[in-house]
Amino acid sequence: MAHNEHINDDLSASEHANAYWRANIRLLIKLLLVWFTVSFLAGIVFVDTLNAYEVFGFKLGFWFAQQGSIYVFVALIFVYAAKMKKLDAAYGAHTSDSPNHPPSDDG
Amino acid sequence: MDATTLTYIFVGLSFTLYIGIAIWSRVASTSEFYVAGGGVHPVLNGMATAADWMSAASFISMAGLIAFLGYDGSVYLMGWTGGYVLLALLLAPYLRKFGKFTVPDFIGDRYYSDAARLVAVMCLIFISFTYVAGQMRGVGIVFSRFLEVDIDMGVLIGMGIVFMYAVLGGMKGITYTQVAQYCVLIFAYTVPAIFISMLITGNPVPQFGLGAELSDGSGLTVLQKLDRTLTDLGFSAYTEGTKSNIDIFAITLALMVGTAGLPHVIVRFFTVPNVADARRSAGWALVFIAILYTTAPAVGAFARINFIDTVNETSYKDTPDWFKNWENLGLIGWSDKNGDGKIQYRAGAPFAGKPAFDGDERTRIGARKLTNDNTLSANEVYVDRDIMVLANPEIAGLPGWVIALVAAGSLAAALSTAAGLLLVISSAISHDVVKKTINPNISDRQELRYARIAAACAIGVAGYLGINPPGFVAQVVAFAFGLAAASLFPAILMGIFSLSMNKEGAIAGMLSGLLFTGTYIVYFKFVAPDMNSANNWLIGISPEGIGAIGMLVNFTVAYCVMRLTAPVPSDVQSLIQNIRTPSRAGIAQDH
Repeated sequence: MAHNEHINDDLSASEHANAYWRANIRLLIKLLLVWFTVSFLAGIVFVDTLNAYEVFGFKLGFWFAQQGSIYVFVALIFVYAAKMKKLDAAYGAHTSDSPNHPPSDDG
Repeated sequence: MDATTLTYIFVGLSFTLYIGIAIWSRVASTSEFYVAGGGVHPVLNGMATAADWMSAASFISMAGLIAFLGYDGSVYLMGWTGGYVLLALLLAPYLRKFGKFTVPDFIGDRYYSDAARLVAVMCLIFISFTYVAGQMRGVGIVFSRFLEVDIDMGVLIGMGIVFMYAVLGGMKGITYTQVAQYCVLIFAYTVPAIFISMLITGNPVPQFGLGAELSDGSGLTVLQKLDRTLTDLGFSAYTEGTKSNIDIFAITLALMVGTAGLPHVIVRFFTVPNVADARRSAGWALVFIAILYTTAPAVGAFARINFIDTVNETSYKDTPDWFKNWENLGLIGWSDKNGDGKIQYRAGAPFAGKPAFDGDERTRIGARKLTNDNTLSANEVYVDRDIMVLANPEIAGLPGWVIALVAAGSLAAALSTAAGLLLVISSAISHDVVKKTINPNISDRQELRYARIAAACAIGVAGYLGINPPGFVAQVVAFAFGLAAASLFPAILMGIFSLSMNKEGAIAGMLSGLLFTGTYIVYFKFVAPDMNSANNWLIGISPEGIGAIGMLVNFTVAYCVMRLTAPVPSDVQSLIQNIRTPSRAGIAQDH
């Protein structure tokens, strides 16, 4: 394929792929920690503690459970897409070169 | 013009649009039928995903559930949006890289086994049919209330429309109809919400209105007023809820994981051109979903306030038309326990079960006569949660065209989801069962014909389930999530993130997750419904949240079985390496 010239032999190819995958996993863990914090921690486990604070007419824990967590979720996906785009570029994994679906007879 | 005429016009126009798209987007190949040729723009796919996702349950039932559950309703808000984070980060990009047509396709290839493929097909059909029944029912309810046709007739009309664009246009037809349906449904949802937010708080943005001060001069905010009124009437405070923390946690997790594992949502990401688009498209999908999901809690809170203000301590003869209309449909029932001719709305069930009427018999003051046994509570009124969104514009006294808009919007929500579900059912049958398992030699044209036949049959079954429904809309849908969480999600996740998960482990995991979750739900919902209370549940987790435990069962069984059985072949390991890397797309292509 067109991008094989990035890679000289099998060993460096697999090291390259491993480094890319590890960077991806590190990013996933960070983002999923945020995901867990705004929903399960702020919206459920610590909801009563946070409800002692009031923000814009909402009890804070209630706000996270019914509004705030959703806004953060949206942001998380766009942050992920942007960071992965950078990661793809850094590792020469140009996503836009991915092929379309194979012809329908699987050929 | 009256509301019914306007409703006919709005619904007629929107249906004409859908049929027009169906004719324009007829397809000629399986690639177009299954995944719209893989050429859908990520923003449009996001919109289609949002419509695909937001069902009759989201549109019609969710705000009503939140109105009556208060804080406890948060499980739906977080659960049905947080799943998209899992989908975008853990599944969608890799499945898009895999580049095939269906979810069982991935499971069959990754676990190098037709048995695994068929187990996945079984899970998929089970989940999708449970889910589609609720949609068809939703269509029937809307038709009967707003167009004054029989519920069954409404279901048949809905089937006819879905048949047109799903059978002719497959995924391509469905995608572009869903884009149109998203526009209709989001407009129909937000317009009344803005009106009502203005009326109640003076703030046109419902998301802010929910936290704002009431415009009735009481100096209370919306949530303070609800907390106060509800505790006065004997309910628990709106912002506190009654469910245990562990149950809320489990339900939210089960709904999130279930959302990420729903086949009809996953396949939407097979239709975009490449991996980066799949990631971006998931973000857009959640933006479009969040517009409705952040509005819903406001709609719910406003509806509850309005409902109490209009109904509680009002004489029956002074109640507005909507109260009597819904009473006529059996979704509201009033039993004048203290004989004062006024409606008392309090905590607790007013009488045993749903309203059962004594034919067309009326009481002296005109209410429908009930045959139910009264309970001891002071509450006199039964109100079905599903009516809150549909009745909201009337309760708030909004003009007829807003009511017509809501009718068209709820039909769009139900039909778009039904079509997406029917498509994954038909493609699983024609592609995974017929083409991949029974007869690999059939041509593309023959496979396409099978896909169309399967779609037509699936529509028939869905219609039957809509006419003979297994339960009320939101409850039926909740089953599908538990099952998806316990079967498909773990299998796909391990397929991507573990190099060593083998076919024995995956199959054992899926089956045990499905069996555990299914048994628990069926036991508490059907076999022994009187046992369905917190002290009988497994560590306090309700049937709605048990999918979270089912997922853990799946992971554990899969891991143990994997340790005892043969390792993954090396060609499958390179398949996994391949789907993990966006650009080097050789393997899936060149086999």
